[in-house]
Amino acid sequence: MATEIKRPSTGAIQGAFHDGTTPRTGPDSIHPPLDHVDVGAGTISATVAPPSVGDEGLPHETLREMYRLVALARAVDERMWQVNRAGRAPFAVSGQGHEAAQIGAAFALDRSKDIVLPYYRDLALSLAFGLTASDLMMSVLAKAGDPASGARQMPAHYGSARLRIVTASSPVSTQLPHATGTAYAAKLRGTGQVSLACFGEGGSSKGDFHEACNFAGIHKLPVIFFCENNRYAISVPQNLQMAIDNVADRAAGYGFPGVVVDGTDLLAVHQVVKAAADRARRGEGPTLVEAKVYRFTPHTSDDDDRTYRSPEEVKAWRARDPLALFEARLREVGALDDETLTEIKGRIKSEVNEATEAAEQAPFPDPTTFDRHVYAER
Amino acid sequence: MPVMTYREALKSAMVAEMERDESVVMLGEDIGIYGGTHLITDGLFERFGPKRIIDTPIAEGGFTGAAIGMAMAGLRPIVEMMTWNFSFLAADQIIQNAAKLRYFSGGQVTVPLVIRGPNGGGVQLSAQHTHSLEGFYGHFPGLKVVSPVTPHDVKGMMLTAIRDPNPVIFLEAGALYGTKGEVPEGDFAVPFGEARVAREGRDISLIAYGRQVNMVLKIADKLAAEEGVEAEVIDLRSIRPFDEGTILESVRKTNRAVVVQEQWRYYSVASEVAALIQEQAFDHLDAPVERVSGEEVPAPYARNLEVAAFPSEQQILDAAHRALYRKV
Ligand SMILES: Cc1ncc(C[n+]2csc(CCOP(=O)(O)OP(=O)(O)O)c2C)c(N)n1
Ligand SMILES: [Mg+2]
Repeated sequence: MATEIKRPSTGAIQGAFHDGTTPRTGPDSIHPPLDHVDVGAGTISATVAPPSVGDEGLPHETLREMYRLVALARAVDERMWQVNRAGRAPFAVSGQGHEAAQIGAAFALDRSKDIVLPYYRDLALSLAFGLTASDLMMSVLAKAGDPASGARQMPAHYGSARLRIVTASSPVSTQLPHATGTAYAAKLRGTGQVSLACFGEGGSSKGDFHEACNFAGIHKLPVIFFCENNRYAISVPQNLQMAIDNVADRAAGYGFPGVVVDGTDLLAVHQVVKAAADRARRGEGPTLVEAKVYRFTPHTSDDDDRTYRSPEEVKAWRARDPLALFEARLREVGALDDETLTEIKGRIKSEVNEATEAAEQAPFPDPTTFDRHVYAER
Repeated sequence: MPVMTYREALKSAMVAEMERDESVVMLGEDIGIYGGTHLITDGLFERFGPKRIIDTPIAEGGFTGAAIGMAMAGLRPIVEMMTWNFSFLAADQIIQNAAKLRYFSGGQVTVPLVIRGPNGGGVQLSAQHTHSLEGFYGHFPGLKVVSPVTPHDVKGMMLTAIRDPNPVIFLEAGALYGTKGEVPEGDFAVPFGEARVAREGRDISLIAYGRQVNMVLKIADKLAAEEGVEAEVIDLRSIRPFDEGTILESVRKTNRAVVVQEQWRYYSVASEVAALIQEQAFDHLDAPVERVSGEEVPAPYARNLEVAAFPSEQQILDAAHRALYRKV
């Protein structure tokens, strides 16, 4: 996570990049709305997943549940920022813009037994794996009821042993080697569990990513590396992070498939991750899935994103808001009408209000317990 | 004398050296157009361009290693760790390589490298963003380790750091970037290996480094105002090389010492200071040396837990009273 000193807003929007060329991802090159998925000049080795069609044969009940979770994630996320801006929560980091990719991935897994290793943008994924709005507000407000750590860890480091959500760490990408470990254990014990580990494209520069892929490839582990590529790592655009267009191309170097998918297309992501999970369960090994997304908010509550990307660019991407896209799709296939939508939105609103209220009322951790949990006692 | 913030003073030293010496380059995450997540490099990209202000991928081990290579090849790189907490990723490069290359090349190679960034806690970022690494890096021969706390010293010590032919671990007081102080204009290098007497006194020595120095100064004022006790405050500021003389001289005068640090007590800087006093000023002591340290837990997030985990003014005051054999 970023910074302890609040960054004063300079308001400046930067134009040219270092090398004088126009980067793919920089403020100079506002991406036109994507037809399908932007793989730059072309992918070297990854497969590009096709766009989803219709309801992809899923029961409409499931589609509505997916929609509810995307919308709930968005609502909780917006509330987190509100309490932060109101000075009641010291820190917020969120996943607005990433939700459809996360819900598509979550529903492709067996949520009653698989293991997820989220990163700090995976609010929607965590909800899909069983955390509640109230759990999340507890974390944001640093209350004793924070399910991840009892307010020892920062918010958005989602975790619950009971729900098989492996707690995330602040240094990026350390969850990727962990995922090879949880996958190895599952394989050794024959549990049939798949591990899904999430990270940003920036996180793929770290040794942890490469070492994890290598290990997973060697042992054909039941793991899915799920990259949520939002084109920036704080201020650093993708072209200063790597010399290739697609993180998924890196899979080839480790002996397993990479797939690029439009992360605003929930059902396309669902298909891709489903195939990866099936492959893992058949014992054929890992898959690297790269969902192309965009982050709608600043990096964290300590960031001013206007210093490195233009409001026009953000606006252009907001026009492809995955929440709106999915809503439109569900209407199209007849899974959602005005009445159901109003009902879902109403439920979400009261859920988030109740969660906020409960968390506001809840006690802070008992300070005399500050040294509990440093060691396991038995 | 001009007054500036810690942040401005730090930047001014780096700008001056970059102007003076073309071989100085900078590497780090978000240090380019963004100006650094703590705004330390704000404007430097515009001023020195992409060849000398290098925005790196998220790869601390990789870019620290690259900086070591640059240093061996005659450049003078300054590496920004977004926070020192991420330096553990580069620990192999720092400890196994930067610190040992001179020795293992039989003196043929120099590594004029500065690694800098915010260190320490107290700003509610929880344990993975909260470490005080003076003792950790101070342990390794081959590294120089400094921890300046005033705007004056951060500028003067950065000038020294960049000019030093050895790898320097430059631990900034992250919570104090916005604090102001007097900073002389122009070129004044503050040498390493000299502690600073931040306040003179005769009754007790209060020894600290980093942001605890400010806390201790407050306590010293309080002791003077309320109890007529004149405390001497020593800001260690240079952890390796270590200024034994200033500590010993002070304790031989005051006969009592309290050492304060944010980091954990076991195997720490305060332990080193206490051992030094015991070895070399034993006959001058009127009371056991007191240590006030962080609690033995990873730094927690919730504010009330965080407060419970770090040294408080009351704890320092209590320690001073014990060393003074005073009941209050
Ligand atoms: C090892 C490490 N170095 C630096 C940081 C500081 N940091 C926090 S998030 C971040 C950017 C991550 O970008 P990306 O992986 O693309 O994920 P995104 O935030 O864009 O979703 C950085 C550099 C960190 N957390 N860990
Ligand atoms: Mg990113």
